[in-house]
This record gives sequence, C-alpha cells and structure tokens, in this order.
Amino acid sequence: MTDTKPADAALLEQGEDRGGPVRAFVSSQVAGPLAALVLAVLVFSLTTSTFLNAGNLSLIATQSVVVGTLALGQTLIILTAGIDLANGAIMVMAAVVIGKLATDGNALWALVAGLVVCLVLGGLNGVLISRFSLPPFIVTLGVLSVLTAAARLYTDSQSYPISSDLLTILNDGPSIGGVDITYGVMLWIGLTAVLGYALTQTAWGVRVYAVGDNRAAAALTGIKVKRVLLSVYLTAAVVYAFAAWQALGRTPTADPSGYGTANLDSITAVVIGGTSLFGGRGGVVGTFIGALIVTVLANGLTQAGIDSLYQQVATGVLVVIAVAVDHFVRTRQTR
Amino acid sequence: MTTVLQARGLTKHYGHVVAMDNTDFDLRAGEILAVIGDNGAGKSTLIKALTGAVIPDSGTISLKGEEVHFRDALDARKAGIETVYQELGVAPALDITQNLYLGREQRRKGFLGTVFRKLDKPAMRRGSARQMADLGIRVQSIRQKVETLSGGQRQAVAVARVAAWATSVVIMDEPTAALGVRETNQVLGLIERVRENGLPVVLISHNMPNVFQVADRIHIHRLGRRIALVDPNSTTMEEAVAVMTGAKSPESLGGRA
Repeated sequence: MTDTKPADAALLEQGEDRGGPVRAFVSSQVAGPLAALVLAVLVFSLTTSTFLNAGNLSLIATQSVVVGTLALGQTLIILTAGIDLANGAIMVMAAVVIGKLATDGNALWALVAGLVVCLVLGGLNGVLISRFSLPPFIVTLGVLSVLTAAARLYTDSQSYPISSDLLTILNDGPSIGGVDITYGVMLWIGLTAVLGYALTQTAWGVRVYAVGDNRAAAALTGIKVKRVLLSVYLTAAVVYAFAAWQALGRTPTADPSGYGTANLDSITAVVIGGTSLFGGRGGVVGTFIGALIVTVLANGLTQAGIDSLYQQVATGVLVVIAVAVDHFVRTRQTR
Repeated sequence: MTTVLQARGLTKHYGHVVAMDNTDFDLRAGEILAVIGDNGAGKSTLIKALTGAVIPDSGTISLKGEEVHFRDALDARKAGIETVYQELGVAPALDITQNLYLGREQRRKGFLGTVFRKLDKPAMRRGSARQMADLGIRVQSIRQKVETLSGGQRQAVAVARVAAWATSVVIMDEPTAALGVRETNQVLGLIERVRENGLPVVLISHNMPNVFQVADRIHIHRLGRRIALVDPNSTTMEEAVAVMTGAKSPESLGGRA
C-alpha cells in the first residue's frame, strides 16, 4: 500500500476525460441490441424484395411507436428492479377517458384528463410499492386486473370513435425523401432522448440505477429510496399518457379491450433492448432498439411469407437469448 | 490530546432490556479507537446512538466540545460523522466515481447545471481519482464498474467514500468481516491511512489480531457499558478477551489508558 507513486499518477490521469464516447458505447448495453437490429435488417433486405423501401421502413417505425413508448416507461421501472404489468391497462384507461370526454367536449381538456388518469394510477402503483414496500409484480398485477374491468365498466364495453384532429395528430407528419415520419415517431425519439439524458447525465439517473442495483447501499448513502421509486412510477405515468395519445393516432378508436398484451410486449422490448430484469443495468436507447427489433422481426417474417406464429417463436427465442446474455454478464462480473 | 467525540451517561431501554447502561465513550483526535465486546454487549446500540440511528433515553453526546442531539442518521452525517458497514455498501453496476459521489453528485456550473441538472462528470472523476490516490488505493481505472473489483477493493471504495465526506469522525462497523486475510490487511492499511490523513477512526471488530494490529486504544464494552479503556501495548489479547467476557475484572488490568 506504500510506494504507489507511479500508480497514483496513472490513477490521477484516469480522472481526466479522454477516450470516452467509443468506450462508453461499447461497454453500454446498446451495442448488442444494435448489432441484432442491423443483422435482422440486413437479412430481410437480402431475402425479400419488399422489406427495404421507404414505405415499409416508415411503417415499421409507426408500428413500433405505441409499445415502444410504453416500453420507455417500463424501462425506468425495471431499472429500479421493479416491473409494471399494468402499463397497457393504464394507457387504455387513459385512452377511453380521453375518447369519452372528447366525444362531448374539448379535445385538449380530454387529453389533460388522460394525463391526470395516468398520474393517479401510476402514482397509486408508486405509493403502494414505495411507501408500503409491496412487491411491484403483485401490485401492478392487481391494478391490471382492476383496470381491465374498470375500463369496460366505464365505457359499457363500447368503443369511442376519435374525430378530433388534435387527438390523432401523432399519426400525421411530414414526408422526408419519401419516408413518412409521423409526429408520433418524432415524439418517441424525443422521449427516448429526454429520458436517456435524465438517466445518464443527471443525479436523478444515477440514483435510479443505484436504487435498482443495491437498494440497501443506496439508502446508506443517504439517497431517499422511496422518493426515487415514486418519482420513477410518476415519470413512467407521464410516458404512458403520451403512449395513450400515440394509440389514439394509430387507431382512431378508444377501445376498452384493445392492447391486451401491450404490457408483456413492452417488457419484451425492454429485455431485448438489454435492460436487466434484476435492475440497475440497461437504458432507454436499448429499449428503443429493442422495440424496433420486435417490429422488424414481425414485419420481415411477414414479408418473407412466414406464418405469423413463427414471429412469436422468433420473439420468444430472442427474449430468452437476451435474458441468458444478461445472466452471463452478471454472473461473470459479480464474483 | 483533544477529544473529538465524547459521550457521557448514555442509557437506552427497550422495554425491560437495557441496551445501554450509563455508558461513556471517548474518541481522541488522530487515533484509531477499537470498540470490542461480546455479542449482545450493546456495541451496536452505542454506535447507533453516536451515528444518530438510535436516540438515547438519557445522557449527552458532544462533538468537538459542543453538545449535539442527532435526530437521525442524516443529522450525524451533516455533522461530519460517516460510517462504513460490514455488508459491502457499494452499488456493483455503478463505476467507482459514481459510487464515491453517490447521493452527493456534483452538477455543472451555470445554466447547464441549474436548468438541465447536468452532472459534472469530469470534475467528479478528478475528485475520485485524487481521493483514491490519497488513500493509496490501486485500481486500473476510475471508470471501472465496482463489480469488476475484488472484495477488498470494493470495501476500499466504501472506505474511500466515507473518508471523502467525513469531516470529523469515521466509524467502521466490522469492515473486514466479509474479507479474506490479504484483503483484510489491505483494508487495515487503509484505516491507518485514513488516520494519517487526519480523521479519527472508530473500529468495531470481533477480530482481536486486527484490533491489536491497528488500534491506539481499545474500548471494552460489556453489559451495555464501557468497562475498560485500555492501551493495546500494555494489555494482552487474552486479558482483553477475559475482561470482555467477564472472566476477569477490569480492575485487574494494568494497562488502563
């Protein structure tokens, strides 16, 4: 422990910011999912004639938007070693509230009401999980069950057609060089960027990772763990409200029985995107890519004329591979 | 020598159980004070009282000559008392810098920091590199994730964090209990380094050889109170253990400190 002068000097140099971005990228969990996405795109581009064109690529982006946005909120929660089985149901509840209120009222206020619905329901999950230390799986499973029924009771199991331009605007957008980029896709990219910044560049982000990684250690350093958890569930709720808006643009009907598997689809995107279900590892950029991978697989296999059941097989295999990689990484490094 | 942390007549009851029985405590500037005691002697209640985690029923605690009343652990931390725990108190998926600054992250100056809450990563990396170098802790890179470190290095990171933020006292609760022999020696060296850098250390340990290796004085705790305060140079390990377990009376010892 004495005579460490040369080592000390080397160590001090390590404090200087150099060689950062490339190394940070490789060591981040993004590289794997990105390679998988590129590979899938290459394979489908070479094996089918219909995959690689502007129209199909914009379709893939548009198809990814709703689950992709939900998955951003899901990522935050999974990073804290939680899980949200209710996110699809929260989104549907918000969508039907928006649809019903907009039928005989102002669309903007309906949208605000949808945000409030998400905040209340996300806040309920957050309070039960943070204040009362209940397990996220059970809490959100319960909320999922209640909301699935509540959405139908509230609407008498009817769908509400959406006619307001404001509510469907996210499916519009400019065409750049023949590629239609909807406002919804832009919003999805924007949300990914904002959340990515918050997770990697702010103290809040470091604390979210710390709480998911080692809750006891985080608490010992003075981090208010319960407050961080609640903030995560509320932030995810805001993201779900955007997802509800996206959903109304994608299919202009507020249907209480729609998006029944969106919760599991969002978890799939998160896991394929390289975020660990044990918390503390991963990020929203990986999830963004993960959501695209799921859509590219479904779309490409359809273009190749393969039965849609095989799409589910392919997605399932990918999920298992992603979890296996995560397990390998964690057990190899935690010795 | 000045006394940094002092307690007089601390008492704590849990129902009929007396966890602290009118105990005293003295930590001097620049020393490593070992606190030893059998299981159930009330060491941890004493330490919790000193770190704000337990509020004593009666008695006084003074820090640098001024009486203090900690209502929680945060109060003690604000007063400059930091604690390292037995279980490795680090976040393995975060890097060394993130661990050292966890809960105390630095933001950029100006607009970026106030509006965009942007972290000042370069400044934190420099700060943690300096802290690691000051304590002579060798790692490949300050950007290493803590999970890539050995158990001893991880505990070293935990010690480095505490030493970086403590301004008056460092408390170590069984810091080597989970470590092997070589790693234990690394951490003991680190504890001495912390003392040399000017912070007094309270070391709670069951490991007598460790205690006699680094301690300047030994506080022996039994049945909820300090029954002896001895000098390890004039007391043997056997005597200390005998007093600790009640086999010998404290008055029989020669080396009172």
